[in-house]
Amino acid sequence: MAKSLFSFLERRKNWSVPYILFLVFFVVFPLILIVVFAFSNEDGSFTLAHFRKFFHHPEALHTLIYSIGVALITTLLCLFLGYPAAFFISRMVSSRSRILILLFILPMWINFLIRTLATVALFDFLRIPLGEGSLYFGMVYNFLPFMIYPIYNTLQKTDFNLVEAAQDLGATPRQVFLKVVFPLSVPGILSGIMMVFMPVISTFAIAELLTLNNIKLFGTTLQENIYNGMWNYGAALSLIMLALIALTSLMNGKGNAKAAEEGGLL
Amino acid sequence: MKKILSASYIAVLLLLLYAPILIIVVFSFTEAKVLGNWTGFSLKLYASIFQNGVHHSLSNALWNTLIIGVIAAFSSMILGTLAAIGIFNLRPRARKAVQFVNSIPILNPDIITAISLFLLFVILGISQGYTTVILAHISFCTPYVVLSVYPRLQRMNENLYEAALDLGATPFYALRKVVLPELKPGMISGFILAFTLSVDDFVVTLFTIGNEGLETLSTYIYADARRGGLTPELRPLSTIIFVTVLVLLLIINRRAAHKRIRNEN
Repeated sequence: MAKSLFSFLERRKNWSVPYILFLVFFVVFPLILIVVFAFSNEDGSFTLAHFRKFFHHPEALHTLIYSIGVALITTLLCLFLGYPAAFFISRMVSSRSRILILLFILPMWINFLIRTLATVALFDFLRIPLGEGSLYFGMVYNFLPFMIYPIYNTLQKTDFNLVEAAQDLGATPRQVFLKVVFPLSVPGILSGIMMVFMPVISTFAIAELLTLNNIKLFGTTLQENIYNGMWNYGAALSLIMLALIALTSLMNGKGNAKAAEEGGLL
Repeated sequence: MKKILSASYIAVLLLLLYAPILIIVVFSFTEAKVLGNWTGFSLKLYASIFQNGVHHSLSNALWNTLIIGVIAAFSSMILGTLAAIGIFNLRPRARKAVQFVNSIPILNPDIITAISLFLLFVILGISQGYTTVILAHISFCTPYVVLSVYPRLQRMNENLYEAALDLGATPFYALRKVVLPELKPGMISGFILAFTLSVDDFVVTLFTIGNEGLETLSTYIYADARRGGLTPELRPLSTIIFVTVLVLLLIINRRAAHKRIRNEN
């Protein structure tokens, strides 16, 4: 027994076996469970009723559409605010740019719920009523670093000789940016979009706290259903969201893998 | 002119980003129960987090967070490092498949991960508590460890391991003396990343923690917020965490800069 275990471990590819089993059990199987629950009744028989309910139930559908809208606007705001920042930082001397990038990432080390509550306090302090405005502020505030970091990363790796070559060939600064720098930074933009858009659709605590529960996002709908014991309907809603996310990642083929790799902000 | 414009743009962004944190830090030096009320300078909140038993549930939540974080990060580091070595030695097709499944927890929004794991534990009839939270955290942390160890394997010279074997090392000796030292930086950054993710996680924890009264910092704050306020002691606590991390990062950054300068000379 011990001997066969030893010879099993001697082949290094077998070292992946524990993790593969783990993945099957804790990642693949649970996802299959979502599908199974989504298509079954409380008693376990097959049904499409949950999906019918969703499409005939304007409230949940509206929440989903509204959440997609919020996610799109947040992503665009992060892109427009973050791109210039990433661009400027990538142009600085490396010691300074490192510190600035750290400063942009640092707030993430404070629990996001505390930061969100502090944002509420900030709005109270400035006597600005909570609502859509505070929701977007909170979203951008939470997700901006996820946009800046990947864009900064690609811009920083950009071969500066290309820029000089373009200048030598007579390109105006505007042309240099539009024809050389920007196209080269597209992978960073794509992974930034992935890292902002997808989490925003699914957040629920931020919207809850920043709008005093007045604005509901799809994540909240999901959480409420599961919490109220409507597991099957909750699973169906999760499946709809999964489909949406699969669609986004397919459209974003390459950015996807990059986002995964750069997910680590350290 | 351009320089001033770009610098001030970044300054404004940073100011916005730090405004809420500044509020927490400033109001950690006053006693008021409600965040935003200033009732004069006081260090009472700082004193009370260091006195045991004042806020028993808060310190419990803090301990739970740290214990879960360390166990989850350590297990992820071991599991992920073994996995990375294994995956690296798989045939290309199998490797692609495992890498794909490995990326699922990273790309999945946490609420989907949370619901899927919740259903798993329900189906298995496991009562939710410490174990389920730790298992859940390992499941979303390990992929990041794999991703941070794997590049080091790619950069490593394969022949070194073979050479050690040829010179008479047993596979485990060769692993310990040749492979692991090469992987160490990746393992450490994987550990730190896993720990951060675990400590910061809220959604997955909320869905796997059960209702036996177990709380982590995140679920504690959430429950607090729903009751309408933030426990005042969280202000100095966040301030301390923030300052510690700031100092640590600055030290790491300075050391890295020194190293670069030494290397350039």
